Amino acid sequence: MKPIQLHDFSGGIHPNENKIQSTTLEILDAKIPEKLILPIAQHIGAPSKPIVNPGDIVLKGQLIAQGEDFVSCNLHAPTSGVIGDITQKSVPHQSNMAALCIEIITDGKDKWVKHQGVENYLQADASQLIEKIQQAGITGLGGAGFPTHVKASIPASKIDTLIINAAECEPYITADDLLMREHAHEIIQGIEILCQILKPKQCIIGIENNKPQAIETLQNSISSLANNSHHIQVASIPTKYPSGGEKQLIQILTGNEVPNGGLPADIGIVLQNVGTAYAIYQAIAKGEPLISRITTVTGDACDQPRNFRVLLGTQVKDLLTQANTNLKKTSRLIMGGPMMGVTLQDAEVPVVKTTNCIIAASKHELPNPAMEQACIRCGMCTQACPAQLLPQQLYWFAKSSNLDQAKAHNIGDCIECGACSYVCPSNIPLVQYYRFAKGEIKQAHADKIKSDGAKKRFDTRTARLEREIAEKEAKRKARAEAAAKKQADKKAELAKNPAPSEPAPQVDIEALQKKLDATKMAIEKSKAKLAEAQATNSAKVELLQGALEKAQAKMKDIALTISQAKKDAKSPAGTNTEKSSVKVEATDVIEGLKQKVLAAKTRMEKAQERLNMAKEQNLDTVDALQLGVNKQKEKLDAAQKNLEEAAQ
Amino acid sequence: MKLLNISSPHTSRPGNTGNVMRRVILATIPGILALTYFFGPGHLIQIAIAASVALGCEASILRLRNKPVMFNLLDYSALLTAILLALSLPPYAPFWVTIVATAFSIIVAKHLYGGLGQNPFNPAMVGFALVLVSFPVAMTTSWSAPTELLENGISFSQALELIFASREHIDAITMATPLDVYKHQVGIETASEILTNPIFTDTSSPATATGWIWVNLGFLLGGIIMLSRGIFTWHIPVSLLGTLTLLSLLIGWDNDQYVPLSLHMLAGATMLGTFFIATDPVTASTTPLGKIIYGAGIGSLIYVIRTWGSYPDAVAFAVLLMNFAAPFIDQYTQPRTYGHTKAVRGLAKKD
Repeated sequence: MKPIQLHDFSGGIHPNENKIQSTTLEILDAKIPEKLILPIAQHIGAPSKPIVNPGDIVLKGQLIAQGEDFVSCNLHAPTSGVIGDITQKSVPHQSNMAALCIEIITDGKDKWVKHQGVENYLQADASQLIEKIQQAGITGLGGAGFPTHVKASIPASKIDTLIINAAECEPYITADDLLMREHAHEIIQGIEILCQILKPKQCIIGIENNKPQAIETLQNSISSLANNSHHIQVASIPTKYPSGGEKQLIQILTGNEVPNGGLPADIGIVLQNVGTAYAIYQAIAKGEPLISRITTVTGDACDQPRNFRVLLGTQVKDLLTQANTNLKKTSRLIMGGPMMGVTLQDAEVPVVKTTNCIIAASKHELPNPAMEQACIRCGMCTQACPAQLLPQQLYWFAKSSNLDQAKAHNIGDCIECGACSYVCPSNIPLVQYYRFAKGEIKQAHADKIKSDGAKKRFDTRTARLEREIAEKEAKRKARAEAAAKKQADKKAELAKNPAPSEPAPQVDIEALQKKLDATKMAIEKSKAKLAEAQATNSAKVELLQGALEKAQAKMKDIALTISQAKKDAKSPAGTNTEKSSVKVEATDVIEGLKQKVLAAKTRMEKAQERLNMAKEQNLDTVDALQLGVNKQKEKLDAAQKNLEEAAQ
Repeated sequence: MKLLNISSPHTSRPGNTGNVMRRVILATIPGILALTYFFGPGHLIQIAIAASVALGCEASILRLRNKPVMFNLLDYSALLTAILLALSLPPYAPFWVTIVATAFSIIVAKHLYGGLGQNPFNPAMVGFALVLVSFPVAMTTSWSAPTELLENGISFSQALELIFASREHIDAITMATPLDVYKHQVGIETASEILTNPIFTDTSSPATATGWIWVNLGFLLGGIIMLSRGIFTWHIPVSLLGTLTLLSLLIGWDNDQYVPLSLHMLAGATMLGTFFIATDPVTASTTPLGKIIYGAGIGSLIYVIRTWGSYPDAVAFAVLLMNFAAPFIDQYTQPRTYGHTKAVRGLAKKD
């Protein structure tokens, strides 16, 4: 196998490693604490959903919370015991925020649930392996906590290279180092399983050259493989922070860059942490879900820094006690490394799936940050930046809240590795400025999406209302034309053929009367409905209003036809030329029309009243109501016109 | 147990801005020693004047601006400005020239623009340019001959007298600078005739100037030390000296008509300017490519002004002119960010 051609990434720093303190002793199984606290969100994606209730008895490895989504993760009981309360408790987070946690009161028996691995796993089907990984609740153990089964589900055809991240570039942390020294065989088996799933052409374990023992044991394990069919190789890379960053490790091992906004899979690469490979082995070969991890406990406040195999949910204070930590001496408690870790404000928080290190540092070891001095543009940050950004320009932009320029200078590509802050001679907390700017940009983006949506909704609604008005207008016109034509036709017919045809209209009138009654009923009903809808302020109001208007229009038509028919029926043949007699007969028609005008008037007044009320309260129904008033006015005018016509 | 809550990173390289400035100050020592050895104690006295004026001005302005005085004085930036300014001035310039230049540097060129890190122009060069154009006589007649050429050398008391009291005897020690001599004779005499002037070591090629060569080598040494300590990168010095060399070889290859390369490099303020003035991070370009352009700009301007301008040396004006251009250069020379296909050019457009 030809050796891996290594590349360099730009920038990077060489902070004091401080790894030696915690590598002198082997991994120790941490004691089972009295209680475990398990946050339901220890991974990227949807939080899992608790499936146990307080008081339930659980066994070690029993599922206690189910992944809700594909991008989510199962959670298992790390030991046997009774479920305590399921409440909000503070979790490891910079803000000391609280989140839903399941508490387990341990019984000390550590009794396993029935579990079983996959037989002949190296010949097993990929989908079966992925399912088993998903069931075991495995997430990336490096830091981000991305659900492993999601990464494993990338189609094998897309994957060319599998990279196992064993760089562990952050100072102090030695969890992966010790794991490799002691469990190289299991790790290689885990990698073989991953290869079985992803079918890469090559598999590279990237490891910094400050871990010679780990490199040796891994190499021995690989050479003891019967046949290294997946071409697993160890690449010893120069020690330089942040070589363990996903993008940087890819650049070192392949010379390629992950495209902006893309994923490693876009260039045929999948990255998995070495601890994840171990967890995969445990899950597939033994059927053990992810319930513990290796965590380094170090810092000069610890008398006995070392690595522990910790049950998830163990409180940090329990762990610190086991490492003989002087809590009085501790001035800063960090979860993670000194470059990217978060400070803890108390030791009550639990160890989670991504907790690779706890640093209990004294004031002497990690002194309070020095006072910020003026930026002298020395450019040391530019030289240190692994993302080839201009940290110093970003700092000026962030400081002046010039978010447009910060964005244009690719602030989004900052991986917050802290290299710039580390080298800054003026002790400027640069990353903090970038976090601020990123947060502001995110907020501005969210606000913009929201306001864009509101604008779109408003525009669509206005367009719809206009369209409706136009449609109604067109319909009204069509109806008016049709009616006028009918009238004209009838007149023409009468003029042409004045022969009497009394009996027929008589029948007609009765039928029409029936129809009129039915329509009246319908109108009553829809009016009631409308009132109800208005009361509940439902969205149906407009729909109902439309229907009501239609019905009313229909009724008017029918009424008109009836009156016409009655007129025709009553007036003897030929009398249509004698106006006076028609007038006498039409008196009651006029009376009816007058009443109609009155009714329309009251309706309009009511509508006006409603509109005024809405205007006063500044409701957003004003537009709709205005429309209603206009319509009522139209109707009133029409009724008045009818009346006038009839009166003539 | 009271725990600190700070965002990452939690560790940083020891040191502060003061350390950087102090290292630069220390790097001037070889040059200062050479200057004192060859030109008498003038520069030491000028440094003392400039330093006290600079620190005084800095302290009072800091107080006026309600800034912590000691904290900011200890960044050594005012002291560094004073030293660089004093090294640029003629060793026996009258004291008031130094005072005016220093006060102007600190008060106007530095603090009126917002203090450390905010000034667009190199403060020392602003002060130098001010007195150069305002007091041309004092500025051109105060350069001493190398002490080797003087019978009795220059004693400390003599130096004090020249700077603070009577300038009656200034003619006894004063002499034009080698670049000045060469420039004014080159139209009249051939190269070998010019080089018979005692200020030049000998008539052989390449031409060198007595004392000046060691002064320049001293500053070069200081520069190399700083470069190896990572105080600045190679970009500006290499491109500056490279451009100056290139132009000197392309245009000025005929020493009977133009100042030879060896004098450009080692007889004027080139090395001081290259390693201590042009690399001033506050006023220089900051991107890798930008630094190369910036350095090349200074190199070419130095050559152009020295050759066709009226000043024999030109570092101050060349640097100030490129200071103007630095922010613009920065915007158009941004490096390509990881994962992007091409680099961003210029600032974001306003919506």
